[in-house]
Amino acid sequence: MSFPWAKHYEPKHPLMQWVDQRLPLPRLVYNAVGAGYPVPRNLNYFWNFGVLAGAALGIQIITGIVLAMHYAANGMVAFDSVEHIMRDVNSGWLLRYAHANGASMFFIVVYLHIFRGLFYGSYKAPREMVWLLGLVIFLLMMATAFMGYVLPWGQMSFWGAKVITGLFGAIPLVGPTIQTWLLGGFAPDDAALNRFFSLHYLLPFVIAAVIILHIWSLHIPGSSNPTGVEVKGPQDTVPFHPYYTAKDGFGLGVFLIIFALMLFFAPNMLGHPDNYIPANPLSTPAHIVPEWYFWPFYAILRAFTVDIFGIPAKLLGVIAMFGSIILLFFLPWLDNSPVRSGNYRPRFKQFFWILVVDVLILGYCGGAPAEEPYVMISQVAAAYYFAHFLIVLPLLAKLERPLPLPGSITEAVLSGHSGSTLSTNTNSAPSAPATH
Amino acid sequence: MVRILGFLAGLAFVGILLFTVITGAVSFVSDPPAATAEHEFHLHPKELHLASDGPFGRFDRQQVQRGFQVYKEVCAACHSLRLVAFRDLTEIGFTEPEVKAIAKQWAIEVPSINPETGEPATRKATPADKFPSPYANETAARAANNNALPPDLSLMTKARHDGAAYVHSLLTGYQAQPPKLLKEFPDSKTPPSLHYNPYFANLNIAMPPPLVADGQVTYSDGTNPTVDQMAQDVSAFLVWTAEPKLEARHRAGFAVVIFLLIATTLGFLAYRNVWAGVKH
Repeated sequence: MSFPWAKHYEPKHPLMQWVDQRLPLPRLVYNAVGAGYPVPRNLNYFWNFGVLAGAALGIQIITGIVLAMHYAANGMVAFDSVEHIMRDVNSGWLLRYAHANGASMFFIVVYLHIFRGLFYGSYKAPREMVWLLGLVIFLLMMATAFMGYVLPWGQMSFWGAKVITGLFGAIPLVGPTIQTWLLGGFAPDDAALNRFFSLHYLLPFVIAAVIILHIWSLHIPGSSNPTGVEVKGPQDTVPFHPYYTAKDGFGLGVFLIIFALMLFFAPNMLGHPDNYIPANPLSTPAHIVPEWYFWPFYAILRAFTVDIFGIPAKLLGVIAMFGSIILLFFLPWLDNSPVRSGNYRPRFKQFFWILVVDVLILGYCGGAPAEEPYVMISQVAAAYYFAHFLIVLPLLAKLERPLPLPGSITEAVLSGHSGSTLSTNTNSAPSAPATH
Repeated sequence: MVRILGFLAGLAFVGILLFTVITGAVSFVSDPPAATAEHEFHLHPKELHLASDGPFGRFDRQQVQRGFQVYKEVCAACHSLRLVAFRDLTEIGFTEPEVKAIAKQWAIEVPSINPETGEPATRKATPADKFPSPYANETAARAANNNALPPDLSLMTKARHDGAAYVHSLLTGYQAQPPKLLKEFPDSKTPPSLHYNPYFANLNIAMPPPLVADGQVTYSDGTNPTVDQMAQDVSAFLVWTAEPKLEARHRAGFAVVIFLLIATTLGFLAYRNVWAGVKH
């Protein structure tokens, strides 16, 4: 599952030889994230985010396990048990703020990871499976984060649970039954809280398992790179260790600095004040909003305000919201341009940046109250979101004339156009000869 | 096939959304949403600077203690502080004997049972107790307050946008309804049992003005107890009740960030060192 020139694991110490002959686990690690995995030499900092997402998952699991030792999943005491953690548990405030802000950091790095893939065409053959498994991880993350946000049993916890499970209630005929089944009752209560806690504890380990598949499928073709040109020979690669372990180590430091600044100096910046009010089924908050990482999807959900052909607006919104993620599963086949990297696709590059701005606008509108002008803006932005993936990308693949590709990674590196800078200048044609 | 189906789905989504946005725009222009008094006259909180602000913020213990006095003598008549214990007061500079005395002399007693008969009873508070609620339950609280429920104050500065500034503005924001409001929105006259306060979300709050006159509280440290001063002090106190570990957090954060800066610098140098000689 690797290039022929990959280094082989040769344990020197007799103990390691003894272990290797009986359980080749060190060999597995060596080949996965050690010197045995050759990686393109021209990766830029956007290739750090996979490792950072893994680190974020690790932080969440460790802090989460300790928090679960002090938390009680019961509507009568859940809110107070969180405050008990904040006030009376040794360093409890640190654990809880790390867990809450760690979720945000996890989504930040995963969104950057996804947009890296979108720009550099990492989803294209032969890496479709990597992309699909990544989307599965993303969906699992969203489910886990949603259920985690319910656990403190504040106002937004309760009403968020009610709204999100209510989405399933929009399904014709069986919707209300499904909603009741999901919640274990007609409204969020102890049954819902307990099952959310149970699943919130389970799903991160499922995520870890899918990450293993994600990395496994990545290692079949090997990592992509900013030129999008496949590895041609040993001169194109360096061993993962020490080259990328060193680079990821530095990236991890930057990640932790930003995380620490948020955790220690603005821990409630990304939270909602209403979640410091205990859940009250009789008092609806003025504006029910999910956590910031759901805002773009929430904006798409709320963009549908008119019934069409007898289909209720709510159902359309639910279909569109789920559709906005499901369509990403078809992306490898929607965008069938043979050129991977956006650096060699001048038109694609422009539309990519429009998409980035579009998603940011959707996010802003999703966090804003459901009133004008936000609704109209999110309708236009949602229209572009769907148009980008379903109309623009397939057409671009046909109509666009890509720039000439470098002959190889090494050629690009030596000519100074490794593509390792994510430039927005669409006129920067590489000077490398067009051997493509 | 995928692309054809996707194209059709894309046209459907875009078509529906553009239809929706056009109908929305038409109705927005032809029938603009009516302005509301809440929208026109609600005010954002005034700026408030406290010693606990910023990355190096520390509680001003004198001020927090004064704020505690305001809570004790004014707010505690109606508002509970159920997440804070008397023992926690040592964190804002009270000594243990002082805390014992405060608990013992607290006007409201802690629910208990009579050890002889098992009948419900009350007893004096001890440092280990949380602040007892002024009302036995929600029904009693509403019955005593014209059906309004005085919220618990423990987390108040984290449970509202702009936290302490909001509390300060709300406490000092009581005023007569502006004539302009009554002229533009004749139906929005404040009902007799409520009080006009432009910092409150719907402008009419059930709580009567709690701080009405300078000198309502007598400070032992010589600070002039103006209404604004008392409001600032109690806001500072409520920052502490909502986030008692703020100082520990700031201290730890400072050390962590310094450590990470050094470690990351070393990490960067190590990265440069490893990659020296490899063009990339």
